[in-house]
Amino acid sequence: MVEYILRRLLATIPVLAVVAIVVFSILHLTPGDPAAMIAGDQGTEEQIQQIRQKLGFDRPIHEQFYVWLVNVSQGNLGVSIFSNKPVTELLAQRIEPTIALTVTTTIVTVFLALPLGVLAAWHAGSLIDRSVMSFAVLGFAFPVFVIGYILIYVFALKLSILPVQGYVSISEGFWPFLQHLILPSFALGMSFTALIARITRASVLEVLSQDHIRTAKAKGVPTAPLLCSHALKNAAVPIVTIIGVGIALLLSGVVVTESVFAIPGVGRLVVDAILSRDYPVIQGVLIVFALVYVLINLVIDVSYVFLDPRIRY
Amino acid sequence: MSSATYRDIVAGNAGYFVRSNPTLCFGGVILLLVIASAVFAEALVGVDPLEINPLNRMKPPSAEHWFGTDMFGRDILSRTLHGGRISLLVGLVVSACATASGLTLGLLAGYNRIADALVMRVMDGLMSIPAILLAIALTAVTNASTGTVIFAITVVELPRVVRLVRSVVLSVREQAYVEAAVIAGTRPLKIVVKHILPNTIAPLTVQATYICAAAILIESLLSFLGAGTPPEIPSWGNIMAESRIYFQLAPWMILIPGVFLAVTVLAVNLMGDGLRDLLDPRLSGTR
Repeated sequence: MVEYILRRLLATIPVLAVVAIVVFSILHLTPGDPAAMIAGDQGTEEQIQQIRQKLGFDRPIHEQFYVWLVNVSQGNLGVSIFSNKPVTELLAQRIEPTIALTVTTTIVTVFLALPLGVLAAWHAGSLIDRSVMSFAVLGFAFPVFVIGYILIYVFALKLSILPVQGYVSISEGFWPFLQHLILPSFALGMSFTALIARITRASVLEVLSQDHIRTAKAKGVPTAPLLCSHALKNAAVPIVTIIGVGIALLLSGVVVTESVFAIPGVGRLVVDAILSRDYPVIQGVLIVFALVYVLINLVIDVSYVFLDPRIRY
Repeated sequence: MSSATYRDIVAGNAGYFVRSNPTLCFGGVILLLVIASAVFAEALVGVDPLEINPLNRMKPPSAEHWFGTDMFGRDILSRTLHGGRISLLVGLVVSACATASGLTLGLLAGYNRIADALVMRVMDGLMSIPAILLAIALTAVTNASTGTVIFAITVVELPRVVRLVRSVVLSVREQAYVEAAVIAGTRPLKIVVKHILPNTIAPLTVQATYICAAAILIESLLSFLGAGTPPEIPSWGNIMAESRIYFQLAPWMILIPGVFLAVTVLAVNLMGDGLRDLLDPRLSGTR
């Protein structure tokens, strides 16, 4: 087990190396002079030259990559071109809202999707099943920002029961913190819920057709324990796998959701950085996102051992 | 439950085909309607999508302007129908490009160990960067144009196609008939093209529809974040992006293109589900 985790951790290194190369080449090999863009329309030739020197753009490309890679592997993500602050510091400032949004969305999603999926599987073919599946298909079709604006319109503007936008830190009180996260979580969770409800239905439906369920029914196990501990538990592996895949979806959605609800998180940080070409910030945040993605999937793989005793590493 | 085969279509047994594939046909009909509305936009609404009318700013839906007007008094219906052209174009072209390049890379990876290691590591790396961020990074560093957007979304969607094709190749190459072909001395290229490629067509067709839907959605997200189709071109994403600040005053400005987009994505996804049931009955009910 420990050996497996160590081996997997080692295997993340090539993935991260590829991410580093991809991110670096996107930014450095594409046409256009970043120094000229940073200097802006009024930038003189001298200023452009200065920027180039400061950022090391005047050095050969492989040398730039090497310097950057050594720094990153030591945990030094560089310094933002515009704010002159270390990228790690910027990340630390912005990480709380993003983690809060991701966690509440995952909670909302799991608590909505699992019951919906199990219910649809239990009543397969019925009206309940068809409404859940229609919702699942619809959830995929709307862009997250349209859902966001509809929710804002209904719950914040018309009913005035929730705040329109913004973010309140958890240190300023739990209720205001939660209040500001309800609409973003539901907006972001919509497609995620659709995805997980679909998979839950499919895998529970498969388990329900197996012999041990028939036996459990025959010996009189009540419906609720039958569905939860007999069916859902055995259907857990594919569901948890999809939750892992969904986290990637979520990290993408976070970027847009933060923009709709004016949440000052990492997503906003990186979008602003990309639009203003703040290279160190873009590179740093993308590497961190990739690391998080790889680690979450490692946790998911390890969790299989607890969900299905037949799986051993 | 019986399901129609290709032969039924050939035999002209259309009624039976529709009855046994309702999802596919329903999605197909909606998509055709959306495509027709975009192609015949001029004939359907006589109003120019770029015509500015300062007296008619942000008017709610009325008999004259069915879906209202925007902050410059331009007709939303006309803009939405014209915008469909860009969004549908992006969806279809991305789908074609991602499938074609993914097929090539997937066949290569599945058949050659060295290529496999190389291609799959790159795909793993691409997959671990959040899709939207990778796409904006690609569009932002190059000049904004519809071509750049198509390229960026293709790169984002590529890994899934490569993985799919590779998995099919890996399972098919163990089959007895492929081994027989190898023993018989058939050239590798011929084995790939004649014996392996046909097995990838069915799952790839299904994947292509899902990619088309995803591409339309990603285009709107990119435009919304200001890194997509150039603002002067009215794609669905752009119409919604420029409407966002007026959202409290004129919610229809963002809702109408939003609903058009959702209906299109829904139709394409339904077609994907229907195609999957038709082409690969084993997979039905999962995704």
